[in-house]
Amino acid sequence: MLIASLDTPPTLKPPPARFGKDMTQVTKPSAQVSPQTTWMLLVRDQRDRDAFAMLFDYFAPRLKGFIMRSGTGTGQAEEIVQEVMLTVWRKSAQFDPERAQVSAWIYQIARNRQIDVIRKENRPMPEELAEDPETEPDAGQILAVEQEAGALKKALSLLKPDQREIIEKAYLGELTHQEIRTQTGLPLGTIKSRIRLGLERLRHELKDMR
Amino acid sequence: MTAINHHISDDLLAAYAAGTLPHPYAVVVAAHISLCLDCRAGFEAHQMAGGALLEAANSEAVSGNLKNSTLALLDAPAPVEKTYARSGVYPGPVMEALKGKPPRWKSLGLGVRQCILSGDREGSVRLLYIPPGQAVPDHSHNGLELTLVLQGSFSDETGRFGVGDLEIADQDLEHTPIADAGPPCICLAATDAPLRFNALLPRLLQPLFKI
Ligand SMILES: [Zn+2]
Repeated sequence: MLIASLDTPPTLKPPPARFGKDMTQVTKPSAQVSPQTTWMLLVRDQRDRDAFAMLFDYFAPRLKGFIMRSGTGTGQAEEIVQEVMLTVWRKSAQFDPERAQVSAWIYQIARNRQIDVIRKENRPMPEELAEDPETEPDAGQILAVEQEAGALKKALSLLKPDQREIIEKAYLGELTHQEIRTQTGLPLGTIKSRIRLGLERLRHELKDMR
Repeated sequence: MTAINHHISDDLLAAYAAGTLPHPYAVVVAAHISLCLDCRAGFEAHQMAGGALLEAANSEAVSGNLKNSTLALLDAPAPVEKTYARSGVYPGPVMEALKGKPPRWKSLGLGVRQCILSGDREGSVRLLYIPPGQAVPDHSHNGLELTLVLQGSFSDETGRFGVGDLEIADQDLEHTPIADAGPPCICLAATDAPLRFNALLPRLLQPLFKI
């Protein structure tokens, strides 16, 4: 099994039972949670600007490359990068590491922004599920999500170049759903069930709140 | 809430996550995900795939001042974004399409009503209100039609569709959905083509009803 980040060595140690409310176990550079998740939690929970700067350094060049792949010029790509990163800061409360990798969350923000720019209309998005701020994060669930993401990245890296090209086109918004239909899917089943667990937990908490 | 049995297909979910789904369908998919944890998990799984590709993307160096100018904007007031909460049977994305107001129904005859939420070259999305025993306005169409039940239920040759269920009908499906007994059936329907109402209305009347 691979841990999500390439910067962190894989570990098979059992996760700590739970993070404390102050997230001290996350704030330490940990071998168990990827640095991106750690930075994002610092931004979300402590409005930490240094952590935001680290996220910027990691994601801004990737975002720019990603956005330019679909034909956007360098100036407009940088505008979008800036707006995406500002959204990351402003909407950080919506980030839930029990359901998503930072990159997954930023991917969606970036696609939304690109589409809003192209179509001049807001993309319809599902209702947000609000989390009880008192809910303690479940470290085991966070790590499991990271492991699934690691397995997915491995699967992507093992694809033949032409297969990978098609998958990239699909997620860059270059294929219609009819075109996607004819393509072989990625192995998303285990990831889906892992995310589903995170959602179940959230729904449970929400029910308790009402 | 009763169990949802009819879900979004994977190709639609992937296209929705990538943002390539035409607007009318995107409204329906967003509404279904608002009601369905299964499809929310599927949607988030596709986001995860998009994120993995983003992380693996070729980096393009950003201008030297982009980081500092971004950091300088962190305290700037954020643009106010209006969010729409669920209201009654209408999920947030439907309330957004309604701009927060209750639907303004127009009669189609026989007790059937509709409220067009948006329509253009990409297709249309609307709410339908169908009394028990009445047919859902005809589904003979050129392209793909998505119908999400928000209240009551309807049945056709392919099965029964209750609250939260999504029927995906392409042009090969000839079917006649009828609202079941019980409360009137309210659904959200999106097409990528102007509908031909051959059962309910003569073709000539269609322009009057903006169908
Ligand atoms: Zn579903």
